[in-house]
Amino acid sequence: MYQVENAICAFCGCVCDDIIVTVEDDRITQARNACLIGKAWFLGHGQPQDLPVVRIGGQAASLEDGIDEAARLLVQARYPIIYGLSSTSCEAQRQAVALADMLRANIDCCTSVCHGPSGMALQGIGEPTCTLGEVKNRADLIVYWGSNPAESHPRHMTRYAVTAKGMFIPNGRKGRTIVLVDVRPTPSSRAADILITPRPGKDFELLWALRGLVMGQKIEASALEGSGVSLEQLSDLAGRMKACRFGVLFIGQGLTQTRGKHMNTAAAFLLVRDINRFTKFALIPMRGHGNVTGVDSVMAWQTGYPFGINFGLGYPRFNPGEFTMVDMLSRGEADVALVVASDPVASLPGVARKRLEEIPIIALDTHESETSRMAYISFTTATAGINVDGTVYRMDNIPLHMRKILPSTFPSDQEVLSRILTRVQEFKQ
Amino acid sequence: MTRILHGEVYDPINGINGELRDIFIRDGRIVAEDPDGPTIDVSGMVVMPGGVDMHAHIAGPKVNIARKMRPEDHRRQVYPRTPFTRSGVGSSVPSTFTTGYRYAAMGYTTAFDAAVPPLAARHAHEEFNDTPEIDKGFFALMGNNEFAMQRIAAGEHERLRDFAGWLLQATKGYAIKLVNPGGVELWKFHNNVHTLDDEVTGFGVTPRQIIRSMADVALELKLPHPVHIHCNNLGIAGNWETTLETMKTLEDRRGHITHIQFHSYGGTPGGLFHSKVVEMAEYVNTHPNLSVDVGQVMFGDTTSMTGDGPLGYLLYQITGRKWVNVDVETEEGCGIVPIEYKDKSYIHTTQWAIGLEWFLMVQDPWRIALTTDHPNGASFMAYPRIIRLLMDREFRRECMRTVHQKALVKTTLPDLDREYSLYEIAIITRAGPAKLLGLKNKGHLGVGADADVTIYARDDDLEKMFSSPRYVLKDGQILVEDGQIRQEVFGRTFYVNPTFDPGIEADIRKHFENYYTVCFENYPVQLEHYLPNPAAVSCGT
Repeated sequence: MYQVENAICAFCGCVCDDIIVTVEDDRITQARNACLIGKAWFLGHGQPQDLPVVRIGGQAASLEDGIDEAARLLVQARYPIIYGLSSTSCEAQRQAVALADMLRANIDCCTSVCHGPSGMALQGIGEPTCTLGEVKNRADLIVYWGSNPAESHPRHMTRYAVTAKGMFIPNGRKGRTIVLVDVRPTPSSRAADILITPRPGKDFELLWALRGLVMGQKIEASALEGSGVSLEQLSDLAGRMKACRFGVLFIGQGLTQTRGKHMNTAAAFLLVRDINRFTKFALIPMRGHGNVTGVDSVMAWQTGYPFGINFGLGYPRFNPGEFTMVDMLSRGEADVALVVASDPVASLPGVARKRLEEIPIIALDTHESETSRMAYISFTTATAGINVDGTVYRMDNIPLHMRKILPSTFPSDQEVLSRILTRVQEFKQ
Repeated sequence: MTRILHGEVYDPINGINGELRDIFIRDGRIVAEDPDGPTIDVSGMVVMPGGVDMHAHIAGPKVNIARKMRPEDHRRQVYPRTPFTRSGVGSSVPSTFTTGYRYAAMGYTTAFDAAVPPLAARHAHEEFNDTPEIDKGFFALMGNNEFAMQRIAAGEHERLRDFAGWLLQATKGYAIKLVNPGGVELWKFHNNVHTLDDEVTGFGVTPRQIIRSMADVALELKLPHPVHIHCNNLGIAGNWETTLETMKTLEDRRGHITHIQFHSYGGTPGGLFHSKVVEMAEYVNTHPNLSVDVGQVMFGDTTSMTGDGPLGYLLYQITGRKWVNVDVETEEGCGIVPIEYKDKSYIHTTQWAIGLEWFLMVQDPWRIALTTDHPNGASFMAYPRIIRLLMDREFRRECMRTVHQKALVKTTLPDLDREYSLYEIAIITRAGPAKLLGLKNKGHLGVGADADVTIYARDDDLEKMFSSPRYVLKDGQILVEDGQIRQEVFGRTFYVNPTFDPGIEADIRKHFENYYTVCFENYPVQLEHYLPNPAAVSCGT
């Protein structure tokens, strides 16, 4: 038995780095300090997997054969797509982008179905933001919009935002006002001082009216009709936003993936930008998967763009709607899909899923998933952060180093991808 | 093993000024004796050491969020994949691979990122590992570090020194960088400092105390590069007094004042500014403890990116364009805004002329380095054009005709006839920066130096000559022929390992527990994982 202290939980975008992991008989048996979903991640992935390292057409195969067959498929493909990557290390993500570059393929990550609209708002408007430690040390007003951290990021409120004590907020919870904007009560509601419950699909209108109020414009009560929110409520919030010393708006998928999408995020980013005329205000997207922030970063430094990238002309191009996974599949495009650390068959809309049923899938995952079961070639890989060292980026872009906690008989995503890359290179020569 | 024969060699560190020499290379180093290997005949060509960029923004969180913000910048300039190179994009904020190739294709083999928040050091190293061809390193931001300011306020100078030593060691950084000392801390509550003696609220220190203390720390730790200062009040009319006061605060301590062009403005805050280079260059000329780099502005669209958060906000207010601000817990900040410098603008012409005045008025070329503060004044790819502006008086006059005339005549630029020689260009682009950085194996072609050699075919158009070298060798390997990349290699990462009393770690740990959101143990960068080609530069000679 041994313990690993200060272990990093790479399950969600909080990336807590204070976990004490206990290993007994090559299994993780305890993950102290971790939240419920973090515990489930450590304990679930910290077990030996009874799976072949590779399956081709449902039959167990050797790693070499898997790599060879995957490379052959990719080289023969006319329009391969690489997708996923949010739950693996940056080291693996770097290999995936290199592979896309070599294949002149399309590459997209889970960002396109979560915070892609936040990335697009950044492209149009910029982004006043801060690290989570600034929230802890300074924020006296915190607004969660379209996010339910109690369930999606269970330690977010205690570790960073609500009850945390910091340099200029020595009393923690008492020093902060918490506002929750969501279409229905959630387990997070209890933590809020102020609850605002708009009707579904009204986020853009409310954010836009809030901008007007912040800037001192007159908004008619009738403008808010049908929004579920009164002018008094909204004026009160606008007043608090201007009067706070350091405010933070956390936006979740309730804003980014509901009606309005990138218009909603644009409104939120503009609102926060405008409040900075009066006081300090920051915006932080509540990134979901453990290293989805990392894949945005890797893609941006290697290609200039954070998601939805096409190498068809020999250099990277970006166009959400054209080079994003759901849109491509929905149009019946892509003839091979390489899916890494993601389960699009389970999570994408039916019309996109239908295309995945038609084309060969090469899947890399640490466990069985709907995608890996449907895949023509399926690699079982070791878990980054549990069996493999690697880098992970927290939702606020802080990079952390995950250390190996226990060994695995499976190869890492990085190893499989870099070996496919080498094999592709050999085929091409 | 390589022999480079019959070149016209400019190697200022060894006093060689255009003499015909042969250069011999073995195992990546310059050697004295003929190794009798493959020969490159460079008769009639100009041979210099590889270029050294001592101040640019090429890697890390600030650069990367700028990339994310500027898809339009990428579409303007695309680089398809070749058999030797990865594809890439970008004019003012290129992708990492493109950054490495572009530097090398221009004859530069070393570049330093000038502003990395320690908390994101790992990110900078990750990008370095995807930046081919060049050797690199970074300066760690410390001018607004809360732990450091608390030590200064408490008069605990030794503990400040130990902390700085620990921080450099933990991040694998190279030098101490101050950015708007004290001001960025106040910006976290929407404020700023305006003079060197304003108090940093809540910390009981002044910018002057920070500057003096950190200058001492850099000397006491015997770092290869002295304190590297981005002064307070960047870009504000009247800021020349702050800059001069910063220089005076250093007294006889060594110090480097960076992108000094942005800090040389007369006038009153909020108004139009004018050049104060005459007065300031006089001070630099008479104070050998000081060095500067210019931060030359060139006309065109680029991206302003700075650790100076309040400056970013100011630029956003002026331009109304996109604006990124990032406040980094207990350490630093950052601001990013796209900016277009226009030759028809009074202000931009003044900035352009001020940069050139600096080059032409500092007498000792060893203490002034060519930079654009990439990409703030312009992309590093503007260096060949700047070289032509410095070497070719007629070309300079031609350019002067296209700028804002009323602004131009208020500067001394029209009266300056100096032309740089190739020898002086070799100083301000490689020998000087290498010396200022304390890199003993860079910037020269003496025995033992890294075999980084740039060979230019002579051309009447100096811009063309310097933008497309005939050959570029790094560590003895040919990376570039006729401006085209022939080979991809991954260079070193320079860092320092200063000595400090590890007793400080208990205090730092406590500070982490209270104010950071990462564990003390998870903060230091793992050398073996993030620096595949580590190159420790020794402290203390």
